[in-house]
Amino acid sequence: MHAIREALAAFRRAPVLTGLSAAMVGLALFVVGLFGLATYNLDLALTSIEERVEIVVFLHDDARQSEIDLVQAELAEIGEVARVRYVSKREALERAQQDLPEFSELFTGMEINPLPQSLEVELRPNARNPEAVERVADAAAGYPYVEDVRYGREWVDKLFTLRRVGGATSAVLGAVFFLVAALIIATALRIAVFARRDEIHVMRLVGATNGFIRLPFLLEGAMSGLLGGLLAWLLTYWVYRGVYAFLFAVAWVPATWVLGGIALGVVFGVVASGLAIRRHLKEV
Amino acid sequence: MIKLTNVSKEYPKRGYALRDVSFHVRKGEFAFLTGHSGSGKSTTMRLVHMAERPTSGEVRVTGYSSEVIGDRETWKVRRRVGYVFQDFRLLPGRTALENVTFVLEVTGVPRKELTPRAHRLLGQVGLSAKAGAMVNELSGGEQQRVAIARALANDPFVLLADEPTGNLDDRATRGILDLFWEINARGMAVVMATHDLELVRRHTQARVLELDNGRLVYDSQGA
Repeated sequence: MHAIREALAAFRRAPVLTGLSAAMVGLALFVVGLFGLATYNLDLALTSIEERVEIVVFLHDDARQSEIDLVQAELAEIGEVARVRYVSKREALERAQQDLPEFSELFTGMEINPLPQSLEVELRPNARNPEAVERVADAAAGYPYVEDVRYGREWVDKLFTLRRVGGATSAVLGAVFFLVAALIIATALRIAVFARRDEIHVMRLVGATNGFIRLPFLLEGAMSGLLGGLLAWLLTYWVYRGVYAFLFAVAWVPATWVLGGIALGVVFGVVASGLAIRRHLKEV
Repeated sequence: MIKLTNVSKEYPKRGYALRDVSFHVRKGEFAFLTGHSGSGKSTTMRLVHMAERPTSGEVRVTGYSSEVIGDRETWKVRRRVGYVFQDFRLLPGRTALENVTFVLEVTGVPRKELTPRAHRLLGQVGLSAKAGAMVNELSGGEQQRVAIARALANDPFVLLADEPTGNLDDRATRGILDLFWEINARGMAVVMATHDLELVRRHTQARVLELDNGRLVYDSQGA
């Protein structure tokens, strides 16, 4: 009870200082929030591109249905494969007419259908890397009635490199932003604690226990972290709305990220306050 | 009650602040700890308050020994020892009453009793009329009285005062000394560190312990 009262009293007695430290926590977390928003959207974009990674297995015109069924079934058995879809010659033609309307007359006028039948192999999300693609493609190419296997090899390689570079960059940047945020929060709360060192000294002097002295500061740190976290959320959301309205469509981060960010603020606040007060508890 | 046995204190850079000091202050005694600046008075006070530990020897305060007590337990000693500083160390921006209730509250006195007890303590130091005044608006003598009321809050067995009159004029000094004698008359021991020999001479009934260069060179009780 005393601790809660004291923590609230601190906000009342020095609204500017506590407000400023909460604002610093908020701005520090805002940077982390922006980074999270950017990373999340980049990841979404890459994933949606990766979804288009597909292997097309072209089949001989004279392949029999039983043979096609066999290839389809065996390819579907491979661990990396999510789905195998059969596209008949007719369906291929219909698609071509739909996708390329300027040639539709040409297609209609033809007496024989020049387009091959095929199997479209869709991979599992975690198997959209060059090695897996190549493995599946090689397996498909081994069948005698398979004419050709296409999957845009260079494109898959580039995409995969991009994913790796992006992952490493975001890990490094994320760690740096985290560290900077942690340092800023630590400094802000150190100042807040320093402003009240007289109280800490008096409390030590008259025989208050360390736990008793510490608790209000930890609560204050938690509150600064919470307020800062909420502020960071608000600022990041504004940026998201701004980008969405004026630049391009972006997705808002999942709720767990928002809650995680706010929880991070609270944890940072508590830890930073705890570290800041430790020094003062040793002075008297 | 307070017993120093062959106490030495060495600081890494300054060297020895105390050398082989032994004395015993009993219940209800009034003692001056005198000596020039740097003679080791403050170090002695800090050792008794367990703000520091001796390099060698033992400091005993009401059953707590410097050899045994951990940093987390010093609060137990502090609740039995009142401490008054030259610079008062009050919390600015709070009233005299709030400065006292603060101490009562942080040492676990129930909320209902805070204000009546703080008023009683301020009454004991003759400051009832100024209870609602901000401490920074009080005179030096009055501020020191608030600090003394605060030191008495835990009902300690001894009052340690480190140059309590150092910042006060003659009249305020006399007032504070009268107050110490009053407190002492109720059975509480008082140990006051001062470099003011004139003041010490005026109080012939008190015990005098004199430090010089970290050594105890004179004890009026001869022990």
